[in-house]
This record gives sequence, structure tokens and C-alpha cells, in this order.
Amino acid sequence: MKRIMKEFTGGSAFLSILAVIASLLVGGVLIALSNQDVQTTATYLTARPSDFFHALWNAVFGAYDAMFRGAIFNYQAQSSQEMFKPITETLAYATPITMSGLGLAVAFRSGLFNIGATGQIIFGAMFAGWVGIYVDLPWYIHFPLAVLAGIVGGGLFGALVGFLKATTGANEVIVTIMFNYIAALLLGYLLKTPLLQAPGAVNPISPPVKDSAKYVFFLGDQFRVHGGLFAMLIAVVFVWWLLNRSTLGFRFRALGHNPSAAKVAGINIGLTYILVMGISGALSGLAGTSQILGSEQVLTLGVAASYGFDAITVALLGRSNPWGVLFAGLLFGGLRAGAVTMQADQGVPVDIVLVVQSLIVLFIAAPPLVRSIFRVKVSKEAVA
Amino acid sequence: MKQSKRTPIALLLMTIIGAWLFIAAPSGLTTINISTDSDIFKLPDFGVNIALICASALAVQVAGFVGSAYLVLARNRKTPRWVVIAFAAALVIEILVSLFAGKTMTFTSLLQGSLALAVPLIFGSLAGVLSERVGVVNIAIEGQLLAGAFVSALVTSLSHNLLAGLIGALIAGALVAWVLAVFAIKYVVDQIIVGVVLNVLVIGLTNFIFSTLMVSNLPLFDQPDRFPTILIPLLGQIPVLGPVLFNQTLIVYLMYIAVAVVYFALFKTRWGLRVRAVGEYPRAADTVGINVFRTRYLSVMIGGALAGLGGSFFTLGQVGAFGKEMTNGAGYIALAALIFGRWNPIYAAFAALLFGFAENLQYGLAIIGSSVPSEFLLMLPYAMTVVAVAGLVGKVTGPAASGKAYIKS
Repeated sequence: MKRIMKEFTGGSAFLSILAVIASLLVGGVLIALSNQDVQTTATYLTARPSDFFHALWNAVFGAYDAMFRGAIFNYQAQSSQEMFKPITETLAYATPITMSGLGLAVAFRSGLFNIGATGQIIFGAMFAGWVGIYVDLPWYIHFPLAVLAGIVGGGLFGALVGFLKATTGANEVIVTIMFNYIAALLLGYLLKTPLLQAPGAVNPISPPVKDSAKYVFFLGDQFRVHGGLFAMLIAVVFVWWLLNRSTLGFRFRALGHNPSAAKVAGINIGLTYILVMGISGALSGLAGTSQILGSEQVLTLGVAASYGFDAITVALLGRSNPWGVLFAGLLFGGLRAGAVTMQADQGVPVDIVLVVQSLIVLFIAAPPLVRSIFRVKVSKEAVA
Repeated sequence: MKQSKRTPIALLLMTIIGAWLFIAAPSGLTTINISTDSDIFKLPDFGVNIALICASALAVQVAGFVGSAYLVLARNRKTPRWVVIAFAAALVIEILVSLFAGKTMTFTSLLQGSLALAVPLIFGSLAGVLSERVGVVNIAIEGQLLAGAFVSALVTSLSHNLLAGLIGALIAGALVAWVLAVFAIKYVVDQIIVGVVLNVLVIGLTNFIFSTLMVSNLPLFDQPDRFPTILIPLLGQIPVLGPVLFNQTLIVYLMYIAVAVVYFALFKTRWGLRVRAVGEYPRAADTVGINVFRTRYLSVMIGGALAGLGGSFFTLGQVGAFGKEMTNGAGYIALAALIFGRWNPIYAAFAALLFGFAENLQYGLAIIGSSVPSEFLLMLPYAMTVVAVAGLVGKVTGPAASGKAYIKS
């Protein structure tokens, strides 16, 4: 495991880019295969190949063009506001993904596999949501308090995993997987009780968060990007400082490199497990606040969406380096935002993002595979 | 060596729950209905006195706790396994009877539903056992189940042949397992990462194909036949056990065989010894001439095929159509069952049955209008697994080399 960790953190950015390209290519193949025009033209491929290649190009280019328009810049839009909306959507998606990804990066660097981002996001959102909904305070106290509550909620839920590992040796992978389900079910239960459910509501849904606890929508209400973006940037700098400049981070990394050596060197292993998981969970809790105090504003069962898994992929793609995580988060935020437009415009299901995302991670995790794929490609072209 | 005090502490906690139930349980009767139409001889419904049950359960628990504490503290010996089992059984019976207070518990149908929910879990946990025993952590059970469910529905719909669907499911599960094996063994990628990612990849692929292909023509692509239930003569007419165990589809009968075969193969054959050797200490296995890589590939893929078969139960055994993400986390519960069952196929199967029972109980309670929140019953498998890995009830250790890639030197 440690060897793999080293591979993740010490690998080259070049291979990451190749992995992204390879995954997008595979995604393109899927898009082409599922396209009606491509299927019909393929039936008379030998008679008129040009039709087939035309349809192929249209399908794949159309899809990725729609993705670009949905994620970065919509050159087809009428107003300048519509033109620039996509990039703000990307930032809105990237905010929680990056925050949570940073949390996982801290754990990965310390040699701990935190698969529990989903549960930690849910706990963060529940704590922050409760404060945001039921506490009455002026905004300059209410908002920081709500964010703090989310951080504490995620942090405590994460630290519990570290505590179990420290005291009983429980494997953190199993515990975090199970905790994800426990958190989701607990949220489901609380959304049916007066503690969180909106009065009079039939569905599991909470009342809206009060205005005084919300992140600022600094571009206006028509854009979904919010002040969480700045919290995310602060979190990036914080994690960079923590891992590379602080004593605590040094202990974390020592633990990740070699727990036995770290122990001999006088590091309190148990306490470090708790701190690592606590900070890791706190960052996912922050992602939860971005959801509940920013994008969603009401608590529902889907508050964590698929961000828990996104966070894993982002931490791996960013090789557990805070700046890498930031770039990876922006990339996956873009994929998410673009997929929505792709589905609306081209009828390509958003699920393609899951495929592309998981392929990226597989390719990144196995550099020899990426190398062999691209070597094969080169030699084929050389033959042709 | 001093014995751990964890077991007596855990028993004490459960005794407190039992005592609380004894005090808080409603007085009166719970009616239990166990006979079904196909029984040879009908057993009448009978009522049990809740207070009486709770009192006797509490007696068992107090005796168990005192005995365990005495053994551990005074005699420095382990608590026997059967004490823990009797203890837990008493608690379960007590809880069940209290939950259905004043109502009728249709015991047989409760068990039938539990088995139905447990079938994919059992197949999945067998996949996990075969994979982890040989040293490859299988988080991808969910993906293998889902792939099996998807392919079996597609193949059966197109071919109108149930057996072709089963074979498709076997291949699909094995294929997912093969990818896991390639990345874990050849590319030495962390097995947990591959597992998590494979699950999402399968979800993405099946969702994508479902939305693009299947939805375009549901009767053609997603309307498989279903396996009929086969009533086994005589055995199927035994009260309670008959309708639960022997009036089932082919897939369920295959499951019984699979559990027995996997147990026998792992613990009674030369092949199984090799598998376990590779999972415990691959270098030693390699030294005596066992092909570590081939053994790992084979065992992981057989496991994957079984999980694929389990996936076909969703489509060909139950629903009769594929639906997006229809496995709904069953693979992770199977993982829990595998850990709770200590990497043993038979224990894992019983753990899966227990989890299936907990899941099914919520439906039974919903019918009688119970106010117990279903979420907590659904939480049970996950919470019990955390308790198990935290070592509160005995020590849980997996195969030593599980999760570690083997690099031949």
C-alpha cells in the first residue's frame, strides 16, 4: 500500500494528462456506439464509409462540444451572462468536490484510506444545517457558527474512525464504508423526525437555511457559485501548509511513510490516527457546508450526491497534493457541469461522467497501462 | 496471556438492553403464525406471553454474562462460542416478540423474504471469501453483482433462454473480477482503489447502456423471463423449513450447492489449501512451487462468476427486469457479511441470512404498522460489522496477505 501511495504522490503530471485523454477517448467510443446515426450508417459502412465517419464525428464532436459549452464557455449563448454561466457552474460543482478531495488527500498522505467522504459530508451538512435552520443570530455570528458546526460534525465523524483504529485496530476502509451507510440512514431517519424535517412536510426534507447562515452569492442569485469557493481556496492553502510546513503534517507524512519508524521516533500513533481522520473528516464537513449553506440550502437525502466518490477520484488524480487536488477538482467540476448540457443537447446520459471518471483513476493508478496504450497507438500509426 | 475483557463487556451491554426490554416491553401476547398452504400437517397459530419470553431471555443473558465474566476474570479462559450464540439468539427472540406485541407475526413468510434478500448477499460473500482468501481484497462485489444482473437480463431478453442468461451472468461477474485481478496482480494497484472504482465504472456503464439502449425498446432488451419456483417433493412440505428453503428458484438451489462446494473446496481439497497458502503467505507458497499469480487469478475470477450469478437473482429470480443501480449496495452488505462471517463461506452465509432478516423485518413491521423506524433495522448490518471489526465480540482477522500485492523477486 505504501508503495502505491508513493506512486500516487510521486508520479508525473504528464501521465495524468495522458490518463485523462485516454479516458475521454473511451468515453467517445461509448458515445459513438450509442448514437443512432452512427448505428444506421454503420449498416452500410462498406457502401458509403463517408456517411459513417461523418456521423461518428458529429456524435463525438457534438457531445464534447456540448460538454465544453456546459463547462467553460457557451459561445452559442445570446447574452454575455449566459456565455459566462458555464464556468461559474463548473466552479460551483468543483467547490465541494475539491474540499472533500483535500480531506481525502490528507488521509492518503498519512497512509490512511478514508473511503468515508460521503458520510462525513452528510454529518457536516446535518450539523451545519441544524445550526443554519434553527439558530437565530446576526449573520456575522450565525454564518461562521454554521460553517464551524459543519466542520466539527464532519471532523467528529472522521475522528471516530481514527479513534476506533487507534484503540481497537479496526480497519479504516471497512469502518468508513459502513459509516457511509450508517450516516445516510441516520440522515434519512432524522429527516422524518421533527429534529430536521420541515413542519408539515410529507417528504424527507428540512426547512430552508436562514439567510443569515448562507454563503454569499457574490455574482448574484442567478449564478450558483458562492462564497464556498473562497473557503475552498483557503482550504487548499491550509492543506498545503499543513502537509508541507507544519510539524503536525510532518508527523502525518511520517506515519504514511512508515508507521513503525514513526512510532520509534516517538510519534503518538494513536493520537495521530485520530487527528488525521479528524482533519480529513473536517474538510469533508466543510464540503457539506458548501452544499447546505450554499448550493442546496435545504437538507435532503441527496445532500452528498456523488461527491464522496468524486472526492476519492480527485484525491487520486491530484496525487494527494493540494494543488493537484485543486486542478483535479476543477476538471471534475467541469465534467459534471458539462455532462448536464451534454445530456440536454445531445441526449448523452450524464452517466458517461462516471465511466470517464473511473477510467481516469484506473489509468492513473496503473501508469504502465497508460504507457502501453499510447505506445500501441503510436506504433499503429507508424505502421499506417 | 490475559484474556481480553471485551466479550464480557459486550455481553454486559447486551444484557442491559435485554433488561430494558424486559421492563419496557408491553404486556400481552404475540401471535405467531408458521403454517403455510403447502404443509403436510398444519400447525395452529399460537400465542406467546411477551413477559415470559423476555424474562427467560434475560435469565439466559444474565447467566451468560456471569459465566463469561467468571471464565475471563477468574479462570483466564475464553468465552465459548456457543455462549455468545445462545446469548444473541435470546436477545433476537426477545426483540422480535416485543416488536410484534399484540400482533400476528407471520414467521414463515418473514423467513421467506429474508432468504430472498439474502441470496445475492450470500453469492456476493462467497465471491469475497474466494477473493480475500487468496489475497485480493474484493470491494468490487457490488460491481460484480450489478454486472451479473444487467447481463443476465439482457441476454435472457434477447435469447429467451434462462440458462443463457445465467451463463452470461457468470461471464459478466468473472469479467469484472478479471479486471480487478489484472489491476491488483499485474499492475500492483491498490486493491481497495480498484474495487471502489470498478463499482462506479459498472454503475456508469450499466446506467449508460440502460438509458441509451434498453430504454429505446424495453420489450426487446429488458423483459427477461423469470425462473419458476420449483417445489421439491417431501422436503418442500416440511412446516416452516419447507416453504422457506425448498420452494425456490433454480438460482437459490445453486446457492446451496455453491456454499457447500466453496466450503469443501477451500478447506478439504489440495486446491483450497493452496489458495489459503497464497492468501496467507504468498512467498512461502511460491517457494514450494505454487503459481501465486495463476492461483490468484483463478480464485478471484471464480468468485466473480459466483457474484455474477448472485446478480442474476435480482433480474431472473425476482424482479424480471433490470433497473438502474438495482443492487443498491448489496455488494457492500455482502462484504460486511463476509467480514462478520470471518472469511468462512458457511459463517458468511449465515451472516448474510441474518442481514437479510434484519432488512426484511422492516417490511414485516411496516405491515403491522409498527412505529420502529426502518432506518435502524437497515443500519444493523453496517453497525454489526463495525462492532465486529472493532473486535468487540472476538477478534476478527482476515487472511494475512489480503490486500497486499505479491511481487516476485
